[in-house]
Amino acid sequence: MITFMNNSDSEEEPCNERTSLMSAESPPVPSYQDGLQASEAGEAQAHRKRRAGSSRSPNSVTGGETSGSGVPVRESAPESEEEELTLKYGAKHVIMLFVPVTLCMIVVVATIKSVRFYTEKNGQLIYTPFSEDTPSVGQRLLNSVLNTIVMISVIIVMTVFLVLLYKYRCYKFIHGWLILSSLMLLFLFTYIYLGEVLKTYNVAMDYPTLFIVIWNFGAVGMICIHWKGPLQLQQAYLIMISALMALVFIKYLPEWSAWVILGAISIYDLMAVLCPKGPLRMLVETAQERNEPIFPALIYSSAMMWTVGMAKPDTAARGPSQQTWNAAEDGREHLRSPSHAESQMSEARSPVPTRPVTSLEELDEEERGVKLGLGDFIFYSVLVGKAAATASGDWNTTLACFVAILIGLCLTLLLLAVFKKALPALPISITFGLIFYFSTDNLVRPFMDTLASHQLYI
Amino acid sequence: VFLGCAAIAFGPAAALVLLTVAAEPLRVIVLVAGAFFWLLSLLAASLLWFVSVQLSGREDAALLLLGAAAAVLLQELCRFACFKMLKKADEGLATLSEDGQSPISLRQMAYVSGLSFGIVSGVFSITNTLADSAGPGTVGIHGDSPYYFITSAFLTMALVLLHTFWGIIFFDACERRHAGGLGLVVGSHLLTSGLTFLNPWYEATLGPIFILTLCTGLWAFGTAGGSFHNVLKCLSCKQEPEGQVMLYSALQVPPEE
Repeated sequence: MITFMNNSDSEEEPCNERTSLMSAESPPVPSYQDGLQASEAGEAQAHRKRRAGSSRSPNSVTGGETSGSGVPVRESAPESEEEELTLKYGAKHVIMLFVPVTLCMIVVVATIKSVRFYTEKNGQLIYTPFSEDTPSVGQRLLNSVLNTIVMISVIIVMTVFLVLLYKYRCYKFIHGWLILSSLMLLFLFTYIYLGEVLKTYNVAMDYPTLFIVIWNFGAVGMICIHWKGPLQLQQAYLIMISALMALVFIKYLPEWSAWVILGAISIYDLMAVLCPKGPLRMLVETAQERNEPIFPALIYSSAMMWTVGMAKPDTAARGPSQQTWNAAEDGREHLRSPSHAESQMSEARSPVPTRPVTSLEELDEEERGVKLGLGDFIFYSVLVGKAAATASGDWNTTLACFVAILIGLCLTLLLLAVFKKALPALPISITFGLIFYFSTDNLVRPFMDTLASHQLYI
Repeated sequence: VFLGCAAIAFGPAAALVLLTVAAEPLRVIVLVAGAFFWLLSLLAASLLWFVSVQLSGREDAALLLLGAAAAVLLQELCRFACFKMLKKADEGLATLSEDGQSPISLRQMAYVSGLSFGIVSGVFSITNTLADSAGPGTVGIHGDSPYYFITSAFLTMALVLLHTFWGIIFFDACERRHAGGLGLVVGSHLLTSGLTFLNPWYEATLGPIFILTLCTGLWAFGTAGGSFHNVLKCLSCKQEPEGQVMLYSALQVPPEE
């Protein structure tokens, strides 16, 4: 889900800010088991595009950032100014998301293509109990649909459970769950991954070295993700755990089930985020009511975050900048509830605490980032990874899915700029990805192969 | 072989991307959008070819020729669609910007979209070949040419550059409603594709294609506003007197904060 960050009472505020940001709550992505539901829980959250009034960095020239996104939106006059500033920064945000998504996909595809382990069939998860080894096509289809139903129901149950936990303020439980899941990801899955990579390249490593490496990796990861750390290190860790999770899915989901699950989960994402009674939407609204930040460790953020320690400027003086500042916190820490935020200090970096207001606004632009839930990373990578694993050794399919996902992401961010409310990030990208996968694999591949065998170019 | 051919095929493209596109987010988005449009055209062309093969029941060279021609025409059609979309985007960006000028000019978009068509076309043509070149095997063991990889790499490089030039010329021709330009772009694309049918008679294909690339490049350079005079000026690094410009901008009201 891509959402905007919002201050609870900002809904009514007129044109000034980017108040349309909703506090993006992304339910935490618990352990990999719940990773499923966690995934949709942690859907994308986009940072709100700031419309800091000061940012009139025009289209000019310099440095080139801030150019609006590709396709403009003609809106009604009163909103046009907000639109304008929003779209100005749209392009930069899109790129800030392109890069990590691309990196995650590259890691997954590189692993799939080189390490045999992740393409070997070695059992299935308990969430997909039906086997696909049946002789008839109809039976196989039926089994994959049943698998999908089981998986999606598990996801729904977990999400609802999470929403209930959140509603009844069982924060400790949620935190414990989150920590447990990231522990498992960072230690166990990394150990397995490292083991397989070493096996593939026939590199010998003794246990003490392995222990030290994994210990350091995991410990630093836990600190970076759940507490404080350099932004880029945190981003790198989040990308790595998304890739690891995606690899697990690619390995353990049987083929047809994987595609049906991808389709079903984008529909689920659409409904959970947009329907009034959807669990994710309720979560967002509850968090908004309470003015609370989102759970850490489930969101990829591309900008630095301000710590709670920053002095709270007086609200009266800075209408817009307050908004932007809040946005900068990205919902993790809300200015209004510093105590709460403290307990959930996530990857906040501590920027220079004393900045004059105006420069804060200007800085915000550069530093304001976009957020995307890790679940989206995971499912994008699952799609591309599955394409790489099962498309008969064809690179064209992988590349086509990659472009499709990027375009879907671009369109989703555009819609986000238009609608300014929580949006699911999966549907458009996954739809494009699925269409391109099946059509490229079945139609384009024979065509291009025939052309290549005669060395023909079109 | 793998690295060499990859560098030959994608060297210029990578350099162009790194130097001109990577820095600006808007151009990167145009790049990805262009790639998407090309993929759509490829999809349509493959569908056509696939259906025709199924209908006729057998695969032969004539169908392939038709398929390739259809692919070329569809690519140009999608280039036109890309032009339309970018034009609308340009207008929108211009209206949304503060000083009425879009942050990226149509010419830049023409260049980037041409480059994107070229890159994705080259990538789709040669990635599988490159992947195979890394693995064990003997080239031309059944009597085909042993120069398959390197000629493919050179052809891909030419194709990437050609697409870039075609993009510039095409957009300019569409902008000025100059049908001759359009016709020439489509014609030269068909010619290039047709020439590749003469492979493996490499003298007849590589030579003309490179000459065509050069000519198209010069034409595109001229279309984009360059000229011999400009090049000389650029090389001599002369500064233009900008007194008047400064005065004018000094008269403008500074933008409101």
